[in-house]
Amino acid sequence: MAKTITVGMATCGVSAGAEKVLGSLKSLADVHKHIPLNIGTTGCIGMCYREPLVEINDGTHRYLYADVTEEKLKSIFENHVLGNTPVDEWLILRDYQSGTEFDFLRKQAKIVLRNCGFIDPDSLDDYIARDGYQAIKKALTEMTPEEVIEVITKSGLRGRGGGGFPTGMKWKFARQSPGTDKYVICNADEGDPGAFMDRSALEGDPHSVLEGMMICGYAIGASHGYVYCRAEYPMAVRRLKHSIKVLEGKNMLGDNMFGTNFSFHVKVKEGAGAFVCGEETALISSIEGKRGTPKVRPPYPAVRGLWGKPTNINNVETFANVPWIVLNGGEKFAAMGTEKSKGSKVFAIAGKAKRTGLVEVPMGISIKEIVFDVCGGIKGDRKFKAVQMGGPSGGCIPSSHADTKIDYEEIMKLGAIMGSGGMIVMDETTCMVEMARFFLQFTQNESCGKCTSCRIGTLRMLEILERIVAGEGREEDIATLEHLSGYIKQASSCGLGLTAPNPVLTTLKYFREEYESHIRDKRCLSHSCPALVQFLINPDKCTGCTLCAKGCPSKAITGEKKKPHLINQDLCIKCGKCHTTCNFDAIYKD
Amino acid sequence: MVHYKYIEGNIAAQSGSQGQVIPLLQTVQEKHGYVPEDAIREISDITRAAVSDIFSVVTFYKQFRLRPPGKYLVRLCDGTACHVNDSKTLLDLITDELKLESSDTTEDGLFTVETVACLGCCSIGPVIMVNEEVHGKLTPKIVKRLLKEYHKKGNGD
Repeated sequence: MAKTITVGMATCGVSAGAEKVLGSLKSLADVHKHIPLNIGTTGCIGMCYREPLVEINDGTHRYLYADVTEEKLKSIFENHVLGNTPVDEWLILRDYQSGTEFDFLRKQAKIVLRNCGFIDPDSLDDYIARDGYQAIKKALTEMTPEEVIEVITKSGLRGRGGGGFPTGMKWKFARQSPGTDKYVICNADEGDPGAFMDRSALEGDPHSVLEGMMICGYAIGASHGYVYCRAEYPMAVRRLKHSIKVLEGKNMLGDNMFGTNFSFHVKVKEGAGAFVCGEETALISSIEGKRGTPKVRPPYPAVRGLWGKPTNINNVETFANVPWIVLNGGEKFAAMGTEKSKGSKVFAIAGKAKRTGLVEVPMGISIKEIVFDVCGGIKGDRKFKAVQMGGPSGGCIPSSHADTKIDYEEIMKLGAIMGSGGMIVMDETTCMVEMARFFLQFTQNESCGKCTSCRIGTLRMLEILERIVAGEGREEDIATLEHLSGYIKQASSCGLGLTAPNPVLTTLKYFREEYESHIRDKRCLSHSCPALVQFLINPDKCTGCTLCAKGCPSKAITGEKKKPHLINQDLCIKCGKCHTTCNFDAIYKD
Repeated sequence: MVHYKYIEGNIAAQSGSQGQVIPLLQTVQEKHGYVPEDAIREISDITRAAVSDIFSVVTFYKQFRLRPPGKYLVRLCDGTACHVNDSKTLLDLITDELKLESSDTTEDGLFTVETVACLGCCSIGPVIMVNEEVHGKLTPKIVKRLLKEYHKKGNGD
């Protein structure tokens, strides 16, 4: 049987060199034309940390190779493709059931990402072969719109964009809204820094999102849909547009779809770079061609949304769950998870974990299991300090609470939020004050400027945090931060302002001593804030190459050629330039 | 039909409402790299939105530029993951290497540098995007090499 060779071509794969690998694979196949081979591409399988990935399927077994380079591919091609002997050295998974990286998959449960990494995202046939468009057919031919909403309600699916509002209820409100012109919007304006779940889902399996939207359209009685996608995701936009075109050509999207009297049209709208547009009402303003400033709710979009018509907005991940639920039943989905949080959740793991990438885990799994069992613990075996969940609206959960279960309410109890799924793992070298400053800078930048409390309040907080990080903190700063946080949370109109103080409040709650040592002792406990550390040279590692001395803007580094150098702390301006220039890792912070 | 300098006739004919303001701005920017003042007037003419409203939209969204960018638009990601992995150092390095102090574009018009909130490639951070090419797992050394390569390429053709 002909072997199938698949190369992972999501953004992570491409930036790791997958295009070159695919190119040389094609030329190798050309040289060996007599051997029947299928060469394909696929989306993100989640193992961003081992890209580029190449899978060989010989009809009975599937082999996954990691960190493939052009040279490695040559050897894999000769030994495995031509010679039928797998190259064990670079093999990480066999049949997705065993192998060195199987631990990464062991505790995962894939619903949203069920097809990612297994299909060619541009191929409608691939999607159909994995039960694609069966759910919409089932809904259109066997179910009433009310029955569809009932299934979604029963499943317990909640908004995956971060809010956690029950999806079934949202659909019901939109259905009950009077009027014939209604809209479905897919929120793909994934703006949280450190989150890329939606990008991967759209790049790896755009059809499941589109099918989810169609089902929603049928359920609420809408005939038009928009995908509002970040302009920073060119590949996702391209794949969505391609999929829509293919579907329209096959009468699977448009007027009288699948030969029924249901009509649904989808358009892609590219965002223009404003974080606040992730908020429903701001997103609607943006589609209408205006500045993306949020409006006061009520009226909610379900009553008065896009162009003043009833509108239902869900996140990418929410929609991707829908076809699976309709096909498998609400009960099966509700069987996974905790009492109030059902199904699975996709997390984008980044930061200091050993394995970083995309994981989909059942609700109810603990943070510890994600960090240690799925992601293999912390890089360099350093100490696990905290995870940051929910991006700039969320908070830090310290390692002392690592047993917390992934559950909307449990996480909220700690002051963080489930969020859209960004999970940044931090180790002992990450300064929590700096982290809070980072998020405040983000929200300050992204504040649309409508509410004074958010526009000016976050700026005042940012100024204080900048001072603390620079070693100029004052005794009253912590109290002022807490005071301002309260005001901002009370007086802002949209989610951005309401949650903006969260990163500061959670770090103050769990890492207060770090703030205090910055302010009182002028020390950064994580040895990370440049203004509060000393740059030193390790004489054992220094080769005396003079590179640092040449680059030092304050001429603080002295030493003879080929002998260890010294930094004069009185002259040092702590710019950190020597730290980055050194090729021998000889300069360290203390 | 009125002849527009920045917007093609067939696109103009299909774009008669406020909802088309952002897509039209995106079309102009994609073609020219920025939004020239005259293009705003044309869009106002087509969509019947006030020039001042369109200008307020242009300045609200980060994507739009009112001045032409360099040949290579370097977008440095300063998302959480990249930030934790020391993207600040890379920014300092790039600013230094390209001698950017007051402007975001180099004198020779080759590079424009901006920081963005997140490119969504968090697990391979720190990341930069040069035009549409994403480069991940960066170190100061790799960044220096990349800048040299683009410099050579930019002056070559």
